[in-house]
Amino acid sequence: MSQPAREGLLFQGKDWDFGTLQRSYDAIEAIARTDLGLDTYPNQIEVITTEQMLDAYASTGMPLFYKHWSFGKHFAFHEAVYRRGLMGLAYEIVINSSPCISYIMEENTAAMQTLVMAHAAFGHNHFFKNNYLFREWTDAEGILDYLDFAKSYITRCEERYGEAAVERVLDAAHALMSHSVHRYPRKRRPDLRSEERREAERHRHREETYNDLWRTVPSSTTASGRTISEERRRALLELPQENLLYFLEKSAPRLQPWQREILRIVRQIAQYFYPQRQTKVMNEGCATYCHYQILTHLHERGQIDDGAFLEFLTSHTNVIRQPEFDDPSYGGINPYALGFGMMQDIERICTRPTGEDREWFPDIAGRGDAMAVLRDIWTNYRDESFIAQFLSPHLIRQWRLFHLVDDPDAPELRVEAIHDERGYRHVRRVLSRQYDIAWQDPDIQVTDVDLAGDRRLIVHHHVVNGGLLAEADARQVLQHLADLWGYDVVLKEVDTSTGILLKEHSLQARAVFS
Amino acid sequence: MNIVDRRLNPGGKSLSNRQRFLRRAKTLVQRAVREGSGERRISDIDQSGEVTIPADGVREPRFHRGPTEGIQDHVLPGNKRFIAGDTIERESGGGGGGSSPGDAGEGEDDFRFVLTREEFLDLFLEDLELPDLSKRKLATLEAKGFRRAGYSANGSPVNLAVLRTMRNALSRRIAMRRPKKPELLDLEQEIRRLEQEGAPDELLAPHRKELALLQQRSRRIPYVDPVDLRYRRLEPVSRPIAQAVMFCLMDVSGSMTEHMKDLAKRFYMLLYVFLTRRYENVEIVFIRHTHEAKEVDEEAFFHSAETGGTVVSSALREMQRIAMERFPTQDWNIYAAQASDGDNSPEDNSACASLLKDEILPICQYFAYLEVGAEETRMPAGFIGRRTTLWQTYKPFGDEGTVAMRRVTDRREIYPVFRELFRRDGADAEGAAG
Repeated sequence: MSQPAREGLLFQGKDWDFGTLQRSYDAIEAIARTDLGLDTYPNQIEVITTEQMLDAYASTGMPLFYKHWSFGKHFAFHEAVYRRGLMGLAYEIVINSSPCISYIMEENTAAMQTLVMAHAAFGHNHFFKNNYLFREWTDAEGILDYLDFAKSYITRCEERYGEAAVERVLDAAHALMSHSVHRYPRKRRPDLRSEERREAERHRHREETYNDLWRTVPSSTTASGRTISEERRRALLELPQENLLYFLEKSAPRLQPWQREILRIVRQIAQYFYPQRQTKVMNEGCATYCHYQILTHLHERGQIDDGAFLEFLTSHTNVIRQPEFDDPSYGGINPYALGFGMMQDIERICTRPTGEDREWFPDIAGRGDAMAVLRDIWTNYRDESFIAQFLSPHLIRQWRLFHLVDDPDAPELRVEAIHDERGYRHVRRVLSRQYDIAWQDPDIQVTDVDLAGDRRLIVHHHVVNGGLLAEADARQVLQHLADLWGYDVVLKEVDTSTGILLKEHSLQARAVFS
Repeated sequence: MNIVDRRLNPGGKSLSNRQRFLRRAKTLVQRAVREGSGERRISDIDQSGEVTIPADGVREPRFHRGPTEGIQDHVLPGNKRFIAGDTIERESGGGGGGSSPGDAGEGEDDFRFVLTREEFLDLFLEDLELPDLSKRKLATLEAKGFRRAGYSANGSPVNLAVLRTMRNALSRRIAMRRPKKPELLDLEQEIRRLEQEGAPDELLAPHRKELALLQQRSRRIPYVDPVDLRYRRLEPVSRPIAQAVMFCLMDVSGSMTEHMKDLAKRFYMLLYVFLTRRYENVEIVFIRHTHEAKEVDEEAFFHSAETGGTVVSSALREMQRIAMERFPTQDWNIYAAQASDGDNSPEDNSACASLLKDEILPICQYFAYLEVGAEETRMPAGFIGRRTTLWQTYKPFGDEGTVAMRRVTDRREIYPVFRELFRRDGADAEGAAG
């Protein structure tokens, strides 16, 4: 039980109860709405245990998910790492849904719960609700219902077709998942709520009509399949297509309707997580910046005592720790640190700009209202554009960033640029490109299918800078692709700049889905 | 804002996923479990623990670029002395500290995770069953106990089944139309009201009469009657004894090498685990012997060296003494496993045989004799080595099936031999599984 709080204090000591949570939440909300101007989905705070946190880890944080062995594997992995003490668990998990669900752990102290609520229930929540990528690609209202539908649909399939058959489809779909998102906006906003109804409609539609592909199958009576032009065929199949599961769902000739629906489910879920991958730095930066502001305000107003504030600062500095590259604990750039650092830097540019800042950021330097600028940034940027636009020379110097090129053909590594006048733009461009998913993920597209002949599916990998696919994995994924397609698949790795074919893999379908 | 306390929700949401995972990785996990078990102490073997399986078997492939393919760009923090145009020699493997970590777990060769005790034993002892005990004197396996068996109308007050009693009382009261308390109260109030209003007697009289009637009825029909009483009935049953003792007998004379002891240890370990699966409580007694036998602890049993001759009967006699003193057969299931290199003083053989026949085998559920050989004496298949004195002594028992005898020379043979001894027979597999 929490002790009765001293005048104005939300809590004292480390114990908390639900009254404490409510008081802290109200105080945070007041600051978030008036001082920071945050605009959030309604909140739902759920208190969970360690074991439940591990459960949540295993199902990508979602409160409900269909069943698959890979989630069990992740659970076992996290559990082992956690038990060995190598990894602390996250203090919270937050779900992009409306209401926005934040899980907080029962072990947290009162100060930590306050931090976590400020971080997740306001920082992340604001970002989910306002960032253009999330608005474009996710449907926060519908996701939980959709997952419920997906889970029960897959369970029904398991009952009907057997766990093994469903597992095979899911294995294959998971392998292709990372290349099964639409990258360009469609006309219609996602509406996951109606998915269940549409599944039934599709089912009915399929029964009433027939797949376009069948029309092209050569037959003795009609020659229409042969006369169809290459252009027309590619247009009908929506080629080239980079969303592999979408292509298979719509065009694979030998899949059962339920198998197509499972591909669709996996694809929808991949699409739902697509914005998160592109906004890691901004999302965490936004949440970290918000919790820092909120907790500082609370302390200034005497609502948390010095002890709690120091505890907060300890966690905060741990979160935004960025080891240098030669530090043994260096493991890449910490998105919390980079995001928070940049946002603080933007605040500085808005309020206390230097001459350099005025030259580099004429639009925001000296604007005064940092929160308005940040809110605008949170709404309209993703990591790549955010860094390309707002990484300042000041921060590059502070972090002492440099660009190192590792060319396997060169005998040595080369330092391309450092934190100096000539290097700022270069470093900024390279760093921003590292957060560009389109640049980081191999560009793989279905380009053609030989419908008149052996129905071989032709897939291209557009190779950039000689970065070929890891062969063992690529062949396994292609095997799944071939199995789903039902006929042979050939993957051509083609250099983008020269158009030279670098490598070719071809695989035969095994009859596992028929 | 809602605060929801989810802590009381049923846990184990991932259990089904975990089982699917284990099923998928079963062969890998099984191998890992069996190999990993050699490093554990006998009584620790069945604790939960980490296993490591090759990651290949449970790989989730994705399209991704090879880690060493093409030109890699790194932007790193913390430049101290480099200027643009500097070159740095490659460190072997590390790539100048710029190697970005792959996806968690993906790049690793091995996948480590923790198995629970149950999972471990399931995998470890799959398909094994205790030897058919029904041929032995099963009567000694019994202990008396009590089991709930419905209700009875008589019994001792401690066994009163309150809920059942009250239910009977309620239905009896309803059936007999015993007036309910609120009814009486209402009527009393009504009368009081009428009295206060000064209603005439002819109006009050029927009410009063009715009240008197109801009160009398309620006195006559008791709230709880002796006929309502029900007691929980307990039935005496006999249960198999849920405890076992395992005697480990080992020759520690100079001729036993570390290798032989290791083989023996592995066998004991398996037996121990196997017994703990069947019995709630398993005790282990370690008896080592040279020309004289002594009960010792595990550490001394396996690690301290002794010198002396070899008199096997001393160990058997010691075992019999301990069993008599501490493990009466009516309370304990006795298992024994003897490991030896097969040496015995020739004059002791007949003593051994008669001890075994008259004293030891009658009290044992199971007696296993494991003859351990030195590594270098492994004979090519088909060549039958010389039979040791002890083997020849025990052979008659082995032939009639009362002693399980095996010879082992290599670590790898232990598990197969163990499985062979305890394999669930195809014929009674169903019965044993049920």
